[in-house]
Amino acid sequence: MTTNGAEIDRQPGKLRVGMHWASSCGGCDISLLEIGEHLLELIEVADIVFWPCAADFKYRTVADYPDGYIDVCLFNGGIRSSEHERLARLLRRKSRTLVAYGACAMDGGIPALANLKSPREIYDAVYHSNPTLHNPGHVEPKTQWATPLGELDLPGMYPQVLRLGDIVDVDYQIPGCPPVGAQVWKVLQAVVAGEVPARNSAVRVGCDNRSVCDECPREKRKTRIKAFKRPHMAVPEPNWCLLEQGFVCLGASTRSGCGAQCPKAEMTCRGCYGSAGLSSDQGTAMLSALGSVIDAVTEDRAREVVDEIVDPTGTFYRFSLASSALKARR
Amino acid sequence: MSQGESVQPPAETGTSQAWEPRIIAFLCYWCSYTGADNAGTARLKYPANVDIIRVMCSGRIDPDLIMTAFARGADGVMVCGCHIGDCHYIAGNHKTMARMPLVSRVLQDFGIEPERFVHEWVSAAEGDKFAKLVRQVTEQVCQVGPLDWPRRMYERGVGHGQDLQPWGDRA
Repeated sequence: MTTNGAEIDRQPGKLRVGMHWASSCGGCDISLLEIGEHLLELIEVADIVFWPCAADFKYRTVADYPDGYIDVCLFNGGIRSSEHERLARLLRRKSRTLVAYGACAMDGGIPALANLKSPREIYDAVYHSNPTLHNPGHVEPKTQWATPLGELDLPGMYPQVLRLGDIVDVDYQIPGCPPVGAQVWKVLQAVVAGEVPARNSAVRVGCDNRSVCDECPREKRKTRIKAFKRPHMAVPEPNWCLLEQGFVCLGASTRSGCGAQCPKAEMTCRGCYGSAGLSSDQGTAMLSALGSVIDAVTEDRAREVVDEIVDPTGTFYRFSLASSALKARR
Repeated sequence: MSQGESVQPPAETGTSQAWEPRIIAFLCYWCSYTGADNAGTARLKYPANVDIIRVMCSGRIDPDLIMTAFARGADGVMVCGCHIGDCHYIAGNHKTMARMPLVSRVLQDFGIEPERFVHEWVSAAEGDKFAKLVRQVTEQVCQVGPLDWPRRMYERGVGHGQDLQPWGDRA
């Protein structure tokens, strides 16, 4: 992480930290606990003023805070519903620094894969056609509901998953699904010590500026790929580049900072730290990289080899579909 | 688009005048661009819907350029390079050959019809083939109609989010 020693914009006294989840699994909230005993050090210098996953705060509590009351707000999860958008706008107003925390807030994450389906297809699968369902009345969620006590307004699903940055200005981004504990602690230390990079919505912290391949210890033998394999089909040879062995490893197109944890554990990089390059489109970077390593001299043979990749779109954009050039299916 | 940048609603296409498809053609300098030139000097007629972008080699056409062309409003994209074996840089078009089938598969997952993306080899002597290809691509893009990607994404809230009508809530 590069710093220019910029002080974070904060009020005197203890640092006020908030954390919120939108369209996410909760793993990001847990990743904050991954800093371990450092949490006690954090509590000494910081007060938690909002954290629905871990402590009992109501939305009303936040709405009653004066504007700019929260010094640093870690926002995880993408924007899937009107409730997520309302909270994103509210927390932007109440926070001096808003951080897109984790792959979902930054790039849409796994939930953004639903952008490859239309809302109708999603509703059909979730409420009607799934074989384990029993929904004879064909009930679907509604945004309005009349109760004996009055009309209820409920959050509605948006046509596609958006990033936090599509809705409000974001000061920093921390990539990862979830961000690695050691990196999170480094960022929090920098915040407390007042050594953050200049405020800019495109700045990513808690990661390096290289690709996962740069951190990966596996050996490259400069061989070309003759056939693709899925992880369950073969046991990878240890210490040899997984991509060269034919496993679709996204290390080449993924930003480093995680310490190449997955390739070190004989598992392909899944790409959770987002795009490594200047373009935010991680999938095309991988498409491009694959073109250079496929062993084929005729067009038919090339097509045969790439046809072995099951679901290329879902694989290459696993965590970053909302940040891709096209963003969603038509 | 960088995050947080405010987005203006894109201009409506195809309302004020008859819609004409906009096709971006990436041509390699050594063969296909010269081939297009050949079509010009031979005075072959082809539709003016194609915007040619000259690149040094078809192997340097990053799939990102193709996606970005569609995302910024192109209705069709053509990628042309030297025939296999003719590459000025020996194996640049081998990389194109391996990338393009994957690109068209990914484009179809995004709902972009195969008619909109064409990959073909055109040599410096094939002005006739180039003119014919442009005619054919323009015709098939006309048949599938406007793509209008920027407006589509704007309507779904990319870059602003507000005033979105939640989906669902129907009888």
